[in-house]
Amino acid sequence: MKEIRDTGLIQDEPLIFERGSKGRRGYSLPGWDVEKVDPDRFIPPHLLRGELEGFPQVSEIDVVRHFTRLSQWNYGVDSGLYPLGSCTMKYNPKVNEEAARMPGFSLPHPYQPETLSQGILRLMHELERSLAEIAGMDHVTLQPAAGAHGELTGMMMVKACLQARGDKRTKVLVPDTAHGTNCSTSTVASFQMVGLTSNERGVISPGRVAEKMDEDVAAIMVTNPNTLGLFEENLAEIAEIVHRKGGFVYCDGANLNALMGIVKLGDLGVDVVHINLHKTFSTPHGGGGPGAGPVAIKKELAPYLPVPVIEKSDGMYRFNYERPHSIGKVRAFYGNFGILLRAYAYILTMGPEGLRRASEMAVLNANYLMHGLKGAYHLPYDRPCMHECIFTDRLQEKSHVSTLDIAKRLIDYGFHPPTIYFPLVVKGALMMEPTETESKENIDRFIQTMIQIAREAEEQPDLLRQAPQRVKVRRLDEVLAARKPKLKWTNRG
Amino acid sequence: MGDFSRYIPHTEADCRDMLESIGVQKVEDLFKAIPEKYRMKGTLNLPEPLSEPDLLRRLQALQSPAVPGDGSSHFLGAGAYHHFIPSVVSSLISRSEFYTAYTPYQPEISQGTLQAIFEYQTLICQLTGMEVSNASMYDGASSLAEAVLMSQRMTKRKKVLLSQAVHPEYQTVIRTYIDPDQQEIVTIPYNKKEGRTDEEALSRLLSEEVGAVVLQSPNFFGVIEDLGPIGEKVHRAGGLLIAGFSEALAYGILAPPGVSGADIVAGEGQSLGIPVSFGGPYLGILTTQEKYVRNMPGRLVGETVDLDGKRGFVLTLATREQHIRREKATSNICTNEGLCALMATIYLSCLGKEGLREVALMNLSKAEYAKKAVSKVKGCSLAFSSPTFNEFVIKIEREPEEVLKVLAKDKILGGLSLARFYPELNRHLLVTVTEMVMKKEIDCWADALERALK
Repeated sequence: MKEIRDTGLIQDEPLIFERGSKGRRGYSLPGWDVEKVDPDRFIPPHLLRGELEGFPQVSEIDVVRHFTRLSQWNYGVDSGLYPLGSCTMKYNPKVNEEAARMPGFSLPHPYQPETLSQGILRLMHELERSLAEIAGMDHVTLQPAAGAHGELTGMMMVKACLQARGDKRTKVLVPDTAHGTNCSTSTVASFQMVGLTSNERGVISPGRVAEKMDEDVAAIMVTNPNTLGLFEENLAEIAEIVHRKGGFVYCDGANLNALMGIVKLGDLGVDVVHINLHKTFSTPHGGGGPGAGPVAIKKELAPYLPVPVIEKSDGMYRFNYERPHSIGKVRAFYGNFGILLRAYAYILTMGPEGLRRASEMAVLNANYLMHGLKGAYHLPYDRPCMHECIFTDRLQEKSHVSTLDIAKRLIDYGFHPPTIYFPLVVKGALMMEPTETESKENIDRFIQTMIQIAREAEEQPDLLRQAPQRVKVRRLDEVLAARKPKLKWTNRG
Repeated sequence: MGDFSRYIPHTEADCRDMLESIGVQKVEDLFKAIPEKYRMKGTLNLPEPLSEPDLLRRLQALQSPAVPGDGSSHFLGAGAYHHFIPSVVSSLISRSEFYTAYTPYQPEISQGTLQAIFEYQTLICQLTGMEVSNASMYDGASSLAEAVLMSQRMTKRKKVLLSQAVHPEYQTVIRTYIDPDQQEIVTIPYNKKEGRTDEEALSRLLSEEVGAVVLQSPNFFGVIEDLGPIGEKVHRAGGLLIAGFSEALAYGILAPPGVSGADIVAGEGQSLGIPVSFGGPYLGILTTQEKYVRNMPGRLVGETVDLDGKRGFVLTLATREQHIRREKATSNICTNEGLCALMATIYLSCLGKEGLREVALMNLSKAEYAKKAVSKVKGCSLAFSSPTFNEFVIKIEREPEEVLKVLAKDKILGGLSLARFYPELNRHLLVTVTEMVMKKEIDCWADALERALK
C-alpha cells in the first residue's frame, strides 16, 4: 500500500488518468429521441476508431475535486499582489465575467444573419472607436487573438503597404529594450531583424536610428514605454527619421497602461500599434490566454486591414469582405469576442476620467515602489519610471544570492515574483509592475518584504537559495524536463 | 470620483503620502519624460463612466435576440458548434486561481495550471492519435497555418497542396500566414459527386517539390476523408500529411488522424466544452510525432521532479520559443488560449471514454435522421454521396438566402448558404445537426423547407 502523507490542506492530487474506475461516469447528455444508429451502417469500418484508450472514467465529484485542488496550487491576481513586469496583472472585474456569460453573448453563432447580430456588431464597432481614440489612431482591427498575433498582423499590413508601393524592404529595426516577441514577429513576417542598442539613459537615441535607417528598412518596432519602464522620449523625432526614409513606426502597446489619457501614441508619429486587452483593459490572463491583441493603424494602412471590416450605414452594422488589398485573415471569424466584450465593459465603466486615473495611479504605484526599494537593491536607471521599475541583484552578488533566489523567496512570503532576467539589457533584472489596482498598504507590505529578503541575503543566504519551502513543490529540475521530455501521461507510467 | 474608483483604491491621503515619499509635488511631475507638447491637453473623447447596474443594463440590450434555448432552432456549424457543456466546466474555470493567473513561468506556484496543461496534452494526444500536443494555439485556422509553416521548416520544400474542402476561412488564414517567397499554395479540387478531396487530382499534383498536403476531416462539407491512402502517397513523395479538423468531437467515433499517417494534426477544439461566443475565444489544437517536436510552435509542459524527488510540471523545450530564441524561434506565439485548453480538459474528463463516444454517436444519429427527413422533401436533395459526421450539404431548387429567410420566420436558423465560399454551390446549404437539436426541431425544419420550396 502507498504511504499516506500528512499534507494538510495542500492535498496530493494524482493525474486525472490515475483517478476513477472502469464504468464510472461524470456526464449527462440529452435524451435519445432518434434511433441510435450503428456507425458501421453509414461509415466504412476502417474510418472508425476503437476505444479511446487511456481516457478518464470519473464521476462528477471526482472532476470537481480534482480541478479544485489543482486551482489551490495556483496563484492569481485574486490571491494577492502579482508584480509581474510588462504583464500588467491588474484586477479583473467580476461584472465583466458575468457579462461574458450572458446567453446573448456566449451563444450567438458567427454565421448567424447580421440582423441578429446588430447589438454585437455595435459593441465591436464602439470598441474599435474607443481604442482608436485612446491610441490616437484612425482605424482598429479586433481580429488578433493576442499581443504577438497583433504584432504579426500589423507587420503584415506594413509589408502589404510597401509591396503596393513596389517597395520590397527586408529589414526591421528592433531595440534591445523591446519585447522578445518583436524579434520573432519580424522573422515570422519574413523580415530580417537588425538590433538597435539603447543609450545610457535607457532609451533609443535618434542618432543611432539615423545611422541604421536606410531605404531597406521597412519599420522600427518600438515598445513604449519600453521594457525598462521608461518613456521613449525621442519617439516623435525618431518617427520623423524613419518616415523620411519611407519606413513605418510600429509600437508595441503592451505597456499602454501608463499612457491612457496622458499622451496619444498616434501623436508621436506611430503608424501601427497593438493593444493587449488582457493587460491594459483588465481582461483576465487565464493562465496564459485567451487574450486579445487589437491593432490600431493610421489611415494609410487602412486598405490592408484583415477582413471583414465592420461598417455602419443606414443605421445598420455590416461585415464588409470586399476589400481587394486586405492582407486576408489571421484567424477564423472576427476575433476573441468574449474577451472584446470584457474590455468594452471596462472602458464603459472607467470613462475618460477613470482611464486617466488608472494610468496615473499605475505610474504613482511604480514610482512609490521604486523609491521604497532604492538602497536595498541596485537601481540601474535612477529617474522617475512609468508603469514599472527595474532593479537588479548586483548588491546581493557578494552573498552569492541571485535574482532567481530573491524571486523564489518572495513565494515563501505569499507574493508572486516579479518578471526576472528580463529585459536582457539589464543583468539579473527584477522587473516590477504593481498596477493601479494595488493599494498603498499592499505595496508597503511588498516593500518591507523585499527589504527583509535583502537582509536575509546578507545574514542567512541559504534561506533564499533553498526557497521556496512553503509550497506544493520545491524548485523543479528543468534540465531533466528538457533532456528527457515527458510531455504526456502513459499507462506504462 | 466615479464608481470606477472601486477598482483603484487610492484615497487623496494615500496619494499625498506617496508623492511626499517619492519627493514630488504632484502626479504630473512623474510624467516629465513625456515632452510637454505631446501631452494631452483635454480629455479622451469617450462616454462618461457607467455604474455597475447601468453597465449591465447597457450590455443586456446589446445581446443577440435569438440564441439556442429561447425557442429558436439552430442548424449552423461550419467551424463553430453548439454542443452541450456540463455546468461543471463553467463552475471550475470560474475559480479565479485559474483565470486570474498568468502564464506559468514560476512553476512552484503554478502547479495547478501546469498539471492541467499536462493532462490536456495527454487527452489531445489520445483523441488525435498523435504523440505530442502543445499547450494550445489561438484557434483552428491559425493552428493549421502554423502547421503549414512548420512543414516548411521540416522539409524546406516549396509547394503546399491545399484541399479546397478545407474550411474556406482556414484556407484564407493559411494564405495570409505563408511567405510567398518560401511557400506556394496549390489547390486540390474536391470531387463534385462525393464531396471529398479529389484523390486523382491530388496524385497528379504530387511531386518532390511538395512539402505538405493539407486536408481536413470531416471536411468543410461534413464529409469524412479517407486519409490513410492519401498519407501513403504523400509519404512516398517525401512530403508530410497535415490533417486539419474543425469538429473535434468527430474523433469520439472516427479513426483519429494519427492512425491514418498524419504527421501534423491541427484544428479547432471549440467543440470540447467552449461556448460558441460569436466566433471566439476558441482553442487551436496542434499535435505531431515525437521526432518533430523541436520544430513545433507553442508552449509545452513536461513532467519532472523537485528537489525532494516529488513529481512536478514545468514549461519545457523553451529553446524553440520567442522569449529565449527571439528571432530564431519556431513561432512568435506567446499568450495562447490557456483557459480554453482548461475547459477542454474538464469537458473531456467529465465525458470520459464512454461519454465522448456516446455524444459523437448522438451527433451522427441525429444528422442521419435529418438527412433522411430532408431526402423526403421535394426540391431538396443531398449534394454529396460520401459518409458524413454531423454536417452535410443539401441542394435546393431555390435561392438559398430566400429559403433561409422563410425559415427564419419560424425562428429556424436553417443552415449556411455556401455561395459565399463556393460560387458553384449557389443552390446549396451546409446543415449541422448536433446532439442539442431535438427530433421535433428536425421535423419542423424539414416541414419548413418543404413549404419554402413549394
